[in-house]
Amino acid sequence: MTPEAIRRLKRRYAAERRFKAYGIAAMTFAAAALLLLLVTVVGNGYTAFWQTQLRIEVFFDPDAIAPAGTTDRRRLMGADYRTVLLDAVSARFPEVRDRDGLRQLEGLVGSGAEVQLRDMVVADPGLIGQRRQVWLLAHSDIDMLIKGQTRLGDGARVTERQAGWLTALARGGDVDQFFNTRFFTGADSRDPELVGILGGVVGTTFTLLICLLLAFPLGVMAAVYLEEYAPKNRLTDIIEVNINNLAAVPSIVFGLLGLSVFINFFGMPRSAPLVGGSVLALMSLPTIIIAARAALRAVPPSIREGALGVGASKMQMIGHHVLPLAMPGILTGTIIAMAHALGETAPLLMIGMVAFITDIPTDPLSASTVLPVQIFMWADHPERGFVEKTSAGIIVLLVFMLVMNASAVWLRRKFERRW
Amino acid sequence: MSSSLLFAALLILTATSFYMGRSAAVAQRAATGQPLHSLPGYYGWYVVCWCGIPAAFVVVAWLAFETTIVQALVVRSLPQAIRDLPADQLGLIISDIRNVAGGLATTSANRADVMAAAAHLRWIQTVATAALWVCVLAAGIAGLLIGRRHIVPSLRARNDVEQVVRIILIIASTIAVVTTVGIVLSLLFESMSFFARVSPIEFLFGTQWSPMMAIREDQVGSSGHFGAVPLFTGTLLIAVIAMIVAVPIGLMTAVYMTEYAHKQVRAIGKPILEILAGVPTVVYGFFAALTVAPAIRAAGEMIGLQIAAQSALAAGIVMGIMIIPFVSSLSDDVINAVPQSMRDGSYALGGTKAETAVRVLLPAALPGIVASVILAFSKALGETMIVVMAAGLAANLTLNPLDAVTTVTVYISALLTGEAEFDSPKTLASFALGLVLFVVTLALNIVALQIVKAYREQYE
Repeated sequence: MTPEAIRRLKRRYAAERRFKAYGIAAMTFAAAALLLLLVTVVGNGYTAFWQTQLRIEVFFDPDAIAPAGTTDRRRLMGADYRTVLLDAVSARFPEVRDRDGLRQLEGLVGSGAEVQLRDMVVADPGLIGQRRQVWLLAHSDIDMLIKGQTRLGDGARVTERQAGWLTALARGGDVDQFFNTRFFTGADSRDPELVGILGGVVGTTFTLLICLLLAFPLGVMAAVYLEEYAPKNRLTDIIEVNINNLAAVPSIVFGLLGLSVFINFFGMPRSAPLVGGSVLALMSLPTIIIAARAALRAVPPSIREGALGVGASKMQMIGHHVLPLAMPGILTGTIIAMAHALGETAPLLMIGMVAFITDIPTDPLSASTVLPVQIFMWADHPERGFVEKTSAGIIVLLVFMLVMNASAVWLRRKFERRW
Repeated sequence: MSSSLLFAALLILTATSFYMGRSAAVAQRAATGQPLHSLPGYYGWYVVCWCGIPAAFVVVAWLAFETTIVQALVVRSLPQAIRDLPADQLGLIISDIRNVAGGLATTSANRADVMAAAAHLRWIQTVATAALWVCVLAAGIAGLLIGRRHIVPSLRARNDVEQVVRIILIIASTIAVVTTVGIVLSLLFESMSFFARVSPIEFLFGTQWSPMMAIREDQVGSSGHFGAVPLFTGTLLIAVIAMIVAVPIGLMTAVYMTEYAHKQVRAIGKPILEILAGVPTVVYGFFAALTVAPAIRAAGEMIGLQIAAQSALAAGIVMGIMIIPFVSSLSDDVINAVPQSMRDGSYALGGTKAETAVRVLLPAALPGIVASVILAFSKALGETMIVVMAAGLAANLTLNPLDAVTTVTVYISALLTGEAEFDSPKTLASFALGLVLFVVTLALNIVALQIVKAYREQYE
């Protein structure tokens, strides 16, 4: 070879190596982005499953809670637990007398502790007038400091004095972390130490159920018609093009449809899982139809001809043979569509599922929110405690999605048949 | 409560009718000795059709018209003075009446009238519910009896049932079309009433966007400006940034996965891309706002650049990450579809893998790749959560990626969330924005599908 040819070859091989390196770099970028995202979410969120509590002796002062010795539930619910709490905390640190110090003491336990005391008294009015050692929920800022999510000084909202008191408490074994059951049994709240995801999870369950009940039968029926019956004509063409286009319509446009048709025209209630589920059903319909058609198409003609040969009608052939054989494929597609609907947020904002709801919804008509919208709402709060809770909500959401996708993969592996 | 009871009653009724139809057919076969035309179950389903379809029609009709009719009746019962109020005030009073009927207190000035109307409304609702029960059950039972009388052994029950099922299938398959028509009509309808107040010229070409209307008529600057150009440029800017991230990376990923990667690498790479595609957009939004935007800001400060807290760059990059799997999976398909003979031809001439990919595969797959890029672009235009969480509401007319911009989707959701009144230009504007978004994404999608179609024909 001439030296020039060798040089050229070298250059070409260098280009080849460069090109391969670009490919690896691209893959690495995608993987790194995913890793960074997961690390961010998990790193911020994993601590939310524990909660810092402070052990403090509380005197359930009858004067503050129930002056007339009443056990009326309504009165007990509305009593002044702030004072009880303050007295308890300042009794623990009697040396603090200045106004500013008292305010900082108050800041050790948040309004979560008030709710805690209220719940205790309402559950057992016999507590009134007694002294008890109670593990009280620490204020979210304290919680973040103890968990190491924030450090003293850099923007943390814990003062030096508070940190001193915490050290004193910790020396007596009065600071500890407990499993955060409230996060799995509660609904939304203004205080990060009180929030829970059950409200969102229940709302999501209702919404997805409605979505499944509407989209699955309609999708399968549409697929059966288009795949097995539809004559090749203009109408069928229009329907097909339509389904493909519908799959690409931005999700927020479906939200507009839901708002103007379901809510304004049909007068369905705002914020209800019924409306949310209907909107998501229309959204996931194209996906289900496309998956179901592919599954139906994969059933070999021999099965159909066998059924027809022994005298089945066309409907019987489909109902008894083709559809059951296509079912695993259809279910896989449906689960994937549902997993997609589970993460959908934008259209639900349009139909008012973005409300602040502190109750756990009881039926598909009551106002509720869903998990991703709940995450969106928490993400709006700047407090460090909410960042943690948002991330924890995302972890739960991702676990749900992972379970759904894994079951789809399992279904495909288990029942997939090659003909 | 009463609706689920009605549903249960209907279920029992249909079950009964199935049983009655089936046993009637069997009994007649025994009595006459004639063989049945269809299997006995089909006679059951035959009666179910007769019973269920009329009942279902009644329920659907009631659901569609109940609210309107009840409202009209309530309005008629109101005193003339209230009925003559403008539409928006009347609407407020009606919702007040509904609240009172639902057990809430009222603060209305027309307290007595509202209370009376609420009582009236509750009475109408009781009557309506009773009427629904009677009508549904009557329709069902009448159908059942008629269907039951039709049953003779020679009745072609299977053919009739299958005909009904077929019609139901056809109806199901038109839902997609109905949805599209619904989208178009609702967007057009609401946009029309928006364009009656704001001229389309101002909307499409105006450069000032400040949709906040004054609460009182006499307030300064009460008009609000609806020039949507800043939103359009903002949307384009963020989408273009996203494409700059997603297209090279997605394309290189696809080429690497199809041409270079070993089986084991593919076994890891595919799931990573699938997970990236499956992460909900609200999570990407959180990621953008919490991690990427501050990082970009800090990086900018290090080299002495002023970067807005909600820069277009942060939103665009994260959106690009979201779109990578979209581009790569579509391009993967089209690159795979290029016939092996073309690769072999290139290798036989001594081409390296890179040369084959760049000079043979990519040109051959170009139409498909272009289509996938177009689809990805349309997805970027319609993406909402990332921009809502990371881009903010500042409607700046700029092409500087370091500035804060906002998008069409951000304002669609911002104008509608938590908004009670429905008739102001402010809320209607979001429908006009939605119409623009719908038309643009639809056009892009149709173009992409056409390209894909033309390309498929080429190799098959």
